[in-house]
Amino acid sequence: MTERSIELRVKRQTGPDAEPYWQTFRIPWRPQHNVVSALMEIRLHPVTAEGERVPPPAWEASCLEEVCGSCAMLVNGRARMACTALVDKLDQPITLAPMTKFPVVRDLIVDRRRMFRALQQIEGWIPIDGTYDLGPGPRISPERQEFMYRLDQCITCGCCLEVCPQVSQEGGFIGAAAIAQALLFNLHPTGEMNKDERLDALMGPGGIADCGNAQNCVEACPKDIPLTHAIGEIGRQTTGKWLRDIFFR
Amino acid sequence: MAERRIIVVGGGLAGLMTTIKVAEAGLPVDLFSVVPVKRSHSVCAQGGINAAVNWKGEGDSPARHFDDTIYGGDFLADQPPVKAMCEAGPSIIFLLDRMGVTFNRTPEGLLDFRRFGGTLFHRTAFAGATTGQQLLYALDEQVRRHEAAGLVRKFETWEFCSAVIDEAGRCRGITALDLRAMEVHPFAGAAVMLATGGPGIVFGRSTNSQVNTGSAASAAYQQGAHYANGEFIQVHPTAIPGPDKLRLVSESVRGEGGRIWVPRDGKPWYFLEEWYPAYGNLVPRDIATRAIFRVVFELGLGVDGQPMVYLDVSHLDPRMLERKVGGVLEIYEKFVGEDPKKLPMKIFPGMHYSMGGLWVDYRHMTSIPGLFAAGEVDHQYHGANRLGANSLLSCLYGGQVAGPAMVAHARDQAVPEANGLLEREAKRQADQYARILRMDGSENAYALAREMGEWMTANVTVIRENAKLQATDDKLRELKDRWGRIGLADRGRWANHEVSFVKQLWNMLDLARVMTLGALRRDESRGAHYKPDFPERDDVHWLKTTKAGWTSDGPEFSYDPVDVSLIPPRPRKYEVVAAAGGLGD
Repeated sequence: MTERSIELRVKRQTGPDAEPYWQTFRIPWRPQHNVVSALMEIRLHPVTAEGERVPPPAWEASCLEEVCGSCAMLVNGRARMACTALVDKLDQPITLAPMTKFPVVRDLIVDRRRMFRALQQIEGWIPIDGTYDLGPGPRISPERQEFMYRLDQCITCGCCLEVCPQVSQEGGFIGAAAIAQALLFNLHPTGEMNKDERLDALMGPGGIADCGNAQNCVEACPKDIPLTHAIGEIGRQTTGKWLRDIFFR
Repeated sequence: MAERRIIVVGGGLAGLMTTIKVAEAGLPVDLFSVVPVKRSHSVCAQGGINAAVNWKGEGDSPARHFDDTIYGGDFLADQPPVKAMCEAGPSIIFLLDRMGVTFNRTPEGLLDFRRFGGTLFHRTAFAGATTGQQLLYALDEQVRRHEAAGLVRKFETWEFCSAVIDEAGRCRGITALDLRAMEVHPFAGAAVMLATGGPGIVFGRSTNSQVNTGSAASAAYQQGAHYANGEFIQVHPTAIPGPDKLRLVSESVRGEGGRIWVPRDGKPWYFLEEWYPAYGNLVPRDIATRAIFRVVFELGLGVDGQPMVYLDVSHLDPRMLERKVGGVLEIYEKFVGEDPKKLPMKIFPGMHYSMGGLWVDYRHMTSIPGLFAAGEVDHQYHGANRLGANSLLSCLYGGQVAGPAMVAHARDQAVPEANGLLEREAKRQADQYARILRMDGSENAYALAREMGEWMTANVTVIRENAKLQATDDKLRELKDRWGRIGLADRGRWANHEVSFVKQLWNMLDLARVMTLGALRRDESRGAHYKPDFPERDDVHWLKTTKAGWTSDGPEFSYDPVDVSLIPPRPRKYEVVAAAGGLGD
């Protein structure tokens, strides 16, 4: 009997402007492998299936438990976190490719800075007076906290942008992640005071109106964040603001 | 004269709190991180953050919290800063609450608190079982606000190379490597914060993230900063064994009623509850870990004959579990494929935290003037064993103290022109990377790291024997030798992680020696440091802070007395409550 192995086809690209190419790697099978641990194994012996010694594929990963958001990539064509992609549950050869809605840095690493810029654009913070001792925060019901907590799980991985037909590398739609964050802050009793600024940011070009209602985002989200619900709710809030702007300005 | 900027290296809780404090004081900050700050290792903290608000009417107080922390740390921590931290606890929780952390709530809409190890009080505020993630995000958001206002410049995917130190021994800035362009640049800073986290990767597999190499701390140590209490390594009793990582199962799972057991004579044996009736499953981590080792290795009672025990929540209300510890149960289910609400989890201790770190004074300044440290990278608050849910508190408190101290330092110093100092150091670092890029030997850096991790885990964690510690140091020296024969598989000049890792590996090996030799010298048992040949705590000889200084021949050790002026040391016995409760108030 031949030794069990794991075969990975990896899309490589030496830099942002380089041409992509594919390489195949084979590593010995072992129980409990996930895609990141398999990539770690390749590093120990960076040789292709054809026996050529090559630079090991570059990828991003840190926590390995799906809470840092680093390792999102296309695994067998699907946008997901590589660390929770268990090898024994995947068809082989396992194909790994960088997400397509972000510029490639190298191999499987992409540049997701637009997601952090989007958080700045929506003013994703509670505008506190200062960090000195001002006593406890506002009371919040357990029900509201539980819903806010679900939104607060967003790891900024980019899966929701990757699967969204309205998002492109050139810009366009801001994407579900930032919209859900806007809702999170609008639900907070202090954050609510700046609700209108956040809605303004989502009423312009690339904002909520660009959502095409494909609903792919909520399917792809590894943290089960109620993204379509959040988009619907922000949609209602922006409509309300639009009407207020017309009648009361 | 250019404006005075403050440098913060590390975007976890301690680094971000420092950044916020400095920005709030009006000084501009350059913030460096190897990953986008929102992906820092603080996100992995699960269970909660301690603050003695006494909102359950149990008679808790910051003084009790202080006593639990000192006693839990087996009296190795200097007491005044620990007292100050515990007193600041409630105001820190309230600040986080105002920042919008989605803490769990009581029916009245107030913050909820739960129990954690090493205390009998409900003292731990929590956001599900992903408290670190929620805390980090709240701070990340506040920093983004300062960034939008132009006070913070972020350098994400940049790695700290070295401090820039002038002839008078003062820190004047840093050099950092752009992990994409692979270029080293110098940055001037009127004060520099290292908030670069712990050294888990020195042990190969641990509960830590891949970025937790301790490399930056080691670089500072090699430049003259003292490294204190490096031998005190916390092994968390409950982790999911895995080939790539030991994933944490939070202590909060036991705080909410989870029980540890092994089958004995066909029945569950709840050995912690039997041995420690008062604290039960919530004894401190060093105690629980040693108990599991005893059950598995001495009594041979591991589950299925494997080094594993059960952590059981299957008797608890599934809706409560979902609300309070859902995040951690989800990790278990995703990686193991079993539902912990139905089947007991199989767990084993895993390396988790370093109590030791860069030596800092009470303002968080290292032994290099102008260079500060806060968070897991410092040595200050946890003595010989850290209590659960105290790490998030110490990160935030450290940042709160360090930020203003750095501002004061920056304003007090009349600093002469640097005269090419920064550029010379950047050149020196760039030359080092160029040399690494040319290495063409037969060794693989990742394979050497794996070997280091296996040796460190086997010999410098739960049970320490002098012969094995000596053998480990011999091994580390051998690995340093073989480091010189590394050959690079990647000679690219763009986003080359291997080059950076080779340098990190050297730094990890130096730090590993500090831990190993510190443990070898300390002939006693205290907190997480346990030697079967010296099973008792020895206050006469070893109630001392270990300080390692770098020399080319290896670490040179000196020892400082511990400030025990507030709580006199007493025997640490979790078998009885009275021993813990002996507070003189």
